[in-house]
Amino acid sequence: MTPEEIRDEILNILEDIAPDEDLGDLKDEIAFREQLELDSMDFLDIVMELRKRHRIQIPEGEYGELASMQSTVTYLTPLMKDMQKT
Amino acid sequence: MIAGKSHNNLPDNQRIVITGIGLTAPNGNTLAEVRGNLLNGRRGVQPCEIRYVGKTLAGICDFDAKRYQSRKDIRRGTRAGSVGVFCANEAIADSGLDWENIDRSCVGIYIGVTEHGNVETENEIFELKGYDYDTSVWSHHHNPRTVANNPAGEIALNMKITGPHYTLGAACAAGNVGLIQGAQMLRLGECDLALAGGVSESIHTFGIFASFKSQGALASNEDPTKASRPFDINRNGIVVAEGGCIYTLERLDDAKRRGAKIYGELAGYAINTDATDFVLPNAERQAECVKLALGRAELSADQIDIVSSHATGTGAGDEQECAALRAAFGENERTHFNNTKSFIGHCMGAAGSLELAGNLLSFEDGICHATINVDSLDPVCALRNLVMNQPKEIGKVEYILNNSFGMLGINSVVIIKRFKD
Repeated sequence: MTPEEIRDEILNILEDIAPDEDLGDLKDEIAFREQLELDSMDFLDIVMELRKRHRIQIPEGEYGELASMQSTVTYLTPLMKDMQKT
Repeated sequence: MIAGKSHNNLPDNQRIVITGIGLTAPNGNTLAEVRGNLLNGRRGVQPCEIRYVGKTLAGICDFDAKRYQSRKDIRRGTRAGSVGVFCANEAIADSGLDWENIDRSCVGIYIGVTEHGNVETENEIFELKGYDYDTSVWSHHHNPRTVANNPAGEIALNMKITGPHYTLGAACAAGNVGLIQGAQMLRLGECDLALAGGVSESIHTFGIFASFKSQGALASNEDPTKASRPFDINRNGIVVAEGGCIYTLERLDDAKRRGAKIYGELAGYAINTDATDFVLPNAERQAECVKLALGRAELSADQIDIVSSHATGTGAGDEQECAALRAAFGENERTHFNNTKSFIGHCMGAAGSLELAGNLLSFEDGICHATINVDSLDPVCALRNLVMNQPKEIGKVEYILNNSFGMLGINSVVIIKRFKD
């Protein structure tokens, strides 16, 4: 998957776990928590969906890499580069 | 109600009144709608498809959960939580309380449940199967969804209530038990306003259906609206339903101070136990429970105008309750008997509070709604003044007695009287 495709996938996950949010204005370089009403359980949802959909196991110590869209895509790109977009 | 004191002479701060009602039932989402449908015979049982069980019948609610919850909260929580949140908010709206200025630390939440957690556990296991039972995909939401206090806790979260909240597990007697608990806590001064009643999400668990089917107690009928038929000789079991009904209960002095509308006053109640069988009811203990409630209310059986029966449409259950009712009420002329499950199925943890609600407007209109679907009355269920198939005008109603019984032999009775200052 390309970084753009990974971004789309994260957006898709966010639409599921934060259905009341308008994601159209999401700024990639700003932390999710500063733009969206997300709590720790929501971040666990992101981790869980990556695990369920793509079998990606993110170590707890690296959850901080998912702080913003930009950091998430950067972190996931090497892990998902050989995956096909479904 | 209180040992040694006549219920007629209680001080206002010990008299408990119903001042608001919020509900969702398979045949309506407001008291007026449910009452209208009970009087005009509109049913709420529909065909539905249940995982693993396949095609069956259920009482399904169509309330708008988004009226009081965000989509995220609906996703994160449980169906029972959404039912509770809807009913509690509707009850507050109906009560006329100045909710914005209520001290939320003085509000208590007491919600009866038949069971809780089956739905969420079944859903997780269903998901897990798709991942070869790898428990690393088991949801972190599972525990907060399945703790036993969940439906009451979701109400507290949604309404920012910081007083006590908990559920009462009392099988299908739970709706009455929630109401009783709310009244007790008000009398003890543990809260100043009680949100009390019961909820059910049971139609979303295949286990309930499968277990009743294995027990030979799941209703079936080519016509879904005819499937729930207590007292009919061809009854063949229970129609499982979802729903909820939550009351605002207040001490009379508080209700009077704010000029509240009062639906009725708690005159008496009782809870007892068969201690004889896991599932089979015990008419003798049920009759004792009714008599205990009557005694505490200082009433004779022939003062009760309407008995809202628990009857679920099972062979043994209806027969045993009718035996209990005969033992308690004899052949008196005044008391009329009806049944709500014949319209909507069995709302499990919500049944007690919901079935009472549908009768409360009898204080205003003097009509006893019917038990429907009695095409051929079972002779063992032939109670005198069983109101069958059509509502009946019975004149001024002073007292309503509501039966609600459950597995493991729990029996509950609530008596509500017309409010008189």
